[in-house]
Amino acid sequence: MNEFIVIFLGMALINNIVLVRYLGLCPYFGVSKEVGTALSMGMATTFVMLIAAAVTWPINHYVLVPFDVGYMQIIIFILVISSLVQMTEIFIKRTSATLFNALGIFLPLITTNCAVLFLTFWNVLWEYTFIESIVSGLGAGAGFTLALILMSGIRERLDMADCPRSMRGLPIAFITAMMLSLALLGLGGMI
Amino acid sequence: MGKFRKQFVAGIIVGNPVFVLALGLCPALAVSIALDYGIGMSVAAAFVLVASGIVVSTIRKFVPNMVRIPIFIVIIATFVTIVALLMEAYLPALHEALGLFLPLIVVNCIIMGRMEAFASKNPVVSAIADTLGASVGFGLAMVSISFSRELFGTGSLSLFGINLVTLPVLGEDPILIFILAPGAFLVIGLLLALFRWRGVIRSE
Repeated sequence: MNEFIVIFLGMALINNIVLVRYLGLCPYFGVSKEVGTALSMGMATTFVMLIAAAVTWPINHYVLVPFDVGYMQIIIFILVISSLVQMTEIFIKRTSATLFNALGIFLPLITTNCAVLFLTFWNVLWEYTFIESIVSGLGAGAGFTLALILMSGIRERLDMADCPRSMRGLPIAFITAMMLSLALLGLGGMI
Repeated sequence: MGKFRKQFVAGIIVGNPVFVLALGLCPALAVSIALDYGIGMSVAAAFVLVASGIVVSTIRKFVPNMVRIPIFIVIIATFVTIVALLMEAYLPALHEALGLFLPLIVVNCIIMGRMEAFASKNPVVSAIADTLGASVGFGLAMVSISFSRELFGTGSLSLFGINLVTLPVLGEDPILIFILAPGAFLVIGLLLALFRWRGVIRSE
């Protein structure tokens, strides 16, 4: 049980996918303007990460490794993720209208979220077992959601702030991200 | 020829992928620790960008609209695999340093963005001009970020193993934060503000 907690916290905080590993920055700066949309985006991404971790593990262990075609990893994984996103979209549309309305427009964007692809490579690199891969997917998603919600809360206030003209918008968002990242850096020695 | 130049220049400053469009931020921040890595990443991304641009633009009339995204992704992923294998064979040190960010060129939104917005709708020559321009724009951003981070974060600047300059005070006592994670956000934020202040790029 202990190692699962370590993996989860490690992915969510110490190796926070956005603020420490710099992944998924495009959606991070793109949709972090309101807390509500940030939460939906975070949930949709967590969902896809979880499924991607669960599906790429058997593909890697039962297809790519036994047939010794590791060099196909990039192509196979990105195809799996993009088709997963498509299927998830169809599945959610059929089963839950409320969930679809909340996540719908964000789902296609997740295909090009590098955090998801990174997670699948990361799981292979660290030779995680099936359960460990899923836990790390969950942790990465939690870390992404956390960073997104923190950022959107701050940006809602920043809109009202009086900052120099050339700093408005993106530059001040980058500086804010730097401070958040600085805070997470302090947790570095924990694990 | 004038049109070629116009399409080439458009992506460098006015439509700079990193500073103006805020695309391709992940590699711009993650591998910009040293000037070498910044240049290596720009060259790798430029190869993938131009090569996929040529292929996508050549087959643009046969690609059904419904499945164009997966097709583009497979084309891009093929060229990324080629670059990753070539780099592993001939530049193992750089391959090691770029690590997981090399395969992640696949999901670099600059490449997908250029394919979707330009290469899939225009003839080959225009596509080459456009992707070359975007590559140079990305390269300029990578170089300016990694230059600042290496200079202030380590106090000296080196290119391919040759030491170019060592700062007097910072050389002994560098500002470490610049090469750590927060430094990347700080540098890109300040550079963007500086470019807007000086009027190099348009403010919001």
